Order: sequence, then C-alpha cells, then structure tokens
Amino acid sequence: MNRFSYARPGSVADAVREVGSSPAAKVLAGGTNLVDLMKYNVERPAHLVDVTRLPGLKEIEETGEGGLRIGALVSNSDVAYDPRVQERYPLLSSAILAGATAQLRNAATTGGNLLQRTRCYYFYDAATPCNKRAPGTGCPAKTGVNRIHAILGTSEHCIATHPSDMAVAMAALEAVIHASGPNGEREIPIAEFHRLPGDTPERDTNLGADEVVTAVTLPTPRFATNYTYLKLRDRLSYAFALVSVAAAFDMEGGTVREARIALGGVAHKPWRVPEAEAMLKGVVPERGAFAMVAERILQGAQGYGGNSFKIELARLAIIRALSQAAAGTPQSQTDKRIQ
Amino acid sequence: MADLDLPARQGFTPDAPSAALPGEIPLTLTINGERRELHVRPWTTLLDLLREDLHLYGTKKGCDHGQCGACTVLVDGQRINSCLALAVSKDGCEVTTVEGLAAPDGALHPMQEAFIEHDAFQCGYCTPGQICSAVGLVQEGHARTPDEIREQMSGNICRCGAYTNIVDAIEDVLAKETAK
Ligand SMILES: Cc1cc2nc3c(=O)[nH]c(=O)nc-3n(C[C@H](O)[C@H](O)[C@H](O)COP(=O)(O)OP(=O)(O)OC[C@H]3O[C@@H](n4cnc5c(N)ncnc54)[C@H](O)[C@@H]3O)c2cc1C
Ligand code: SF4
Ligand code: FES
Ligand code: FES
Repeated sequence: MNRFSYARPGSVADAVREVGSSPAAKVLAGGTNLVDLMKYNVERPAHLVDVTRLPGLKEIEETGEGGLRIGALVSNSDVAYDPRVQERYPLLSSAILAGATAQLRNAATTGGNLLQRTRCYYFYDAATPCNKRAPGTGCPAKTGVNRIHAILGTSEHCIATHPSDMAVAMAALEAVIHASGPNGEREIPIAEFHRLPGDTPERDTNLGADEVVTAVTLPTPRFATNYTYLKLRDRLSYAFALVSVAAAFDMEGGTVREARIALGGVAHKPWRVPEAEAMLKGVVPERGAFAMVAERILQGAQGYGGNSFKIELARLAIIRALSQAAAGTPQSQTDKRIQ
Repeated sequence: MADLDLPARQGFTPDAPSAALPGEIPLTLTINGERRELHVRPWTTLLDLLREDLHLYGTKKGCDHGQCGACTVLVDGQRINSCLALAVSKDGCEVTTVEGLAAPDGALHPMQEAFIEHDAFQCGYCTPGQICSAVGLVQEGHARTPDEIREQMSGNICRCGAYTNIVDAIEDVLAKETAK
C-alpha cells in the first residue's frame, strides 16, 4: 500500500474541503473496495478522507411522500434488514442480500457500494495495461479473458461492468443520489449517476472528484408486491453477478401499469431500456410478451468471446425474472433453486 | 506488516515525496474488554495491528482481500473482515477477537464448545474466523434453518471442507439459544 495522509472530518462541509484539497484525495467509507484496491496498488490516494464519523449520514428517514432517505453511511446490512425497506422496497433488500457476504455487508456503506469499482481482472492487475486504471494504455480484456465483461454499452476503450447488486435495484426503483460539493448540494437521478465508458473509461460515474455522496432517496413505493432480483453467478453465494435482473411491476387489476427492468453484470452501469419497459404497459403479463421485451433489451448486445454466453443467459434471465415478478414469487436469496 | 512499496509499474506515477506524511496516529480501541491506547500509521489494517503489533495471533490472514473470512472479528458487536478495515478508522470501537470469546475464568464460549463437540474443523486455520462469524450470525438473528446458516456463513471459506460440521455446530448453538 502507498503512503498517504489521513483526515477524519467532523462535518460534511469539512469533508468536501478535505476531498477538494488534493486531486489525489479519496473518500474512505467501509473500505471494503478502496482498501482492497490500495493493496493491489490500483488506487494510490495521497490523502484519505475518512467520512465514517460524519454526523447525520447513518440514518434512514421518512421523506414525507412515503419514500425513504438512506444516509450514505448506512451499512448494506442495515438497509437490507430495515423493516421499512423490507416492507416498501423488498427488491432493494433482496438485491443487497444477494451480494457479497454478511461480513462485507456489515462494513460496506450505501455510498461506497454505488461507487465501488469494476472487478475486471486487468483493472486489478497493475502489471497489465488498462484504460480505466491508466488511460491510453489499451484494453486487454477485449481480446483476453472476458467472462465477466459487458455485452451492452461497451466502447472500444473499455468493456468493464459495474459490479454492484444494490445499484441495479436502485436503478429499477429510480433512486436519487444526493451529493455535496464546493458549489453546494445537488441531486443526481441514478440513471445519470453511473456512466458508459465511451472514451473516458477512467470515469465510472458523473460524481465530481470533489463531491461527497450524502444520501440516496427512494421515491414513493409502488413495487412492493410484484418484484424479483434474480442473480446468476459462478457459485451460489459470495460471487459477483454474471447476469442479474431486477424486475418489478406496478399492477392494476390484471394488467401492468408500469414495468421496471434493470440488468446487472452486463454493462458499465445498471442497464435499463425504457422503450422495452413501455412494451408491457397495459398488458396482461405473459411469457410471449416477456420474450419480446427481452429481445428489445438485448438489441445490439455484443459478445467478446468469453462473455458471449451472457447474451442468451440474459435473455432467459429476463424472461424468468419477469415471470417471477408477475407471479409475485420473488427469487429467494437463501434457497438458490430458481423457480 | 506487509506494506512493501512496489516499484512504479505501468500507468503509475511514482509517489511524489510528500512532506505531509503522518507519523503514528493516536488510536483508542477496547480489545477483548481491555482499553488500549495505541499509535498506528494510517495504512495499518486492523488485522495487521492485531497480529503484528498486539501479537493476537488468533485472527488469521488468509487472502488479505476480503475473499476468505479467516480475519473475521467483531467490531462493536458486528462481524467484519479485519483485513479490509484500516485500524485508524475504528478509533473508539470495541473489538472482539477469538481470544476474547471465552469467559474470564477460561470457560469456553458456547460456540467454541460446539465446534469442538461437532468436530467442526480439520487444520483449524479458518476456525477463529468461522467462530467469530458464527457468533455474529447468532447475534444478528437472521438465520434459523441450515440453508440460512449456510448462506449467512458464505463469507467464511474452509479449505478443508469442514462445512457440514460447522453448520451442525451453529445449528446446535442456535437451538440452545432459542430454548433459553
Ligand atoms: C470478496 C468481495 C465480494 C463482493 N461481492 C459483492 C457482490 O456480490 N455484490 C456487490 O454488489 N458487491 C460485492 N462486493 C463489493 C462491496 O459491495 C463493496 O466493496 C462495498 O459496497 C463498498 O462499500 P464501502 O463502504 O466499503 O466503500 P469504500 O471501499 O470505502 O469506497 C468505495 C469507493 O467509493 C468512494 N466513496 C465511498 N463513500 C463515498 C461517499 N460518501 N462519497 C463519495 N465517495 C465515496 C471511495 O472513495 C471509493 O472510491 C464484494 C466485495 C468483496 C471484497
Ligand atoms: S475492460 Fe475496462 S477495466 Fe478492463 S482492461 Fe479494459 S479498460 Fe481496463
Ligand atoms: S484475510 Fe480477510 S477475508 Fe481473507
Ligand atoms: S479447518 Fe482447515 S481451512 Fe477450515
């Protein structure tokens, strides 16, 4: 690990100042991703700003519209097991519990989870080129080992995925991220938070380097009955998604008032296609319609060899997840059999 | 501790010599019930502090990357991977390691007893992490069935494959807890 200076600010304003004090400053929350990457010499911050003691960021509060405001420092466990989250946003609870392990979820924070970096093997290996870690050096994943890589929204510069499960559920729920920076507070809808790699893969998100995430708000709950989080991976627990699907319906009688579908493990950000979701509006949910929706979502999908299997896997996962959501039988995160 | 400074490699600018690098930072931790006033460098992980500085060798280093659970300890009652926690960030916290589970008179913790009774280990390397993790699991209260125990213990890898007996040991402790 490189050497660095350390600060533990006592207010969000001080934290913003500390983060802005050097271009090589980094926020430290749970540390489960940042410390790991520092041990691999992938992250080499000159200054660490430990935000874990900031007041007011560890609470889950009512927003007044039936929604919830989750402080950036609330642990993944505390979100997943909060009775209000379980009741109103069981999709979010399920997605978090599908990720990592009890120990990691206890340490990991809401802000850190959103900002965790890709698990691309080359990104992690400082001995190899990688445009995300070292812009301009190339992307060996495109022609190399790319089982875990993206099939949608890739660029010639990077085919990495965003590894978070939590963010996929938040994308389906249209969460809003609250950030504080030198110019004050701002709100970023989650669809605009993570970005596609384009020709600047070194940037995972649209958060400024001098901004601190303070909270995530969840809008008025509408998807607490017909939902599922289906995660497919190389082992049954403690593994990142190869493909995951967050699916939810707001039902009116027997027809769909609104559908939400977000995919994980397939792109540089949680993947949503609003046009595909709109195909289900007013429809009685059934397999034929789901198959057409899956085709639409995967339009333009491209494999790179090792990950080409993901296109068919994603197609089937979307259909299965939509069936689970329609039936009101969400995937259990304990009993791994897929019904 | 393992803080070797690798030479600059592809894509890295070597560390600029910085005048502002800190020396040791004061830190207060309550470790296994004993309050300790310590000084650490900020890049010391909680795991390295426990093992290298405090000679509490019960907590094991398996992968050093959050992938095995051998380093599991309880911080303020919650199980975490001590290899991914910087010690400085835990200032003021209570840390319980496997050495702190037994009663002051040496009587083993019920989870330790159960691991012995069920022969829940072979080489024993993963065992302190398994036991601390299992104690955390019981306190959290989210697991009842063997399937739930397996899922909630997935963060502890056992290279010897003692899983069946580990699940039995935890099930036993959970049953005794609920009978209370
Ligand atoms: C072995 C292993 C398996 C895992 N499996 C999964 C999995 O299956 N699914 C999954 O979703 N995740 C998984 N994870 C990842 C885990 O969820 C993340 O490491 C965790 O959520 C990061 O949160 P943290 O608080 O520890 O972040 P940190 O490591 O502290 O920070 C991560 C990044 O976010 C930045 N940051 C943190 N908080 C803020 C803030 N408030 N404002 C601005 N920037 C901030 C940091 O600067 C850093 O760049 C796994 C991790 C490990 C080690
Ligand atoms: S996919 Fe992205 S992160 Fe991986 S090697 Fe290519 S540029 Fe780097
Ligand atoms: S040593 Fe910490 S998880 Fe392996
Ligand atoms: S007993 Fe040997 S690794 Fe678990």
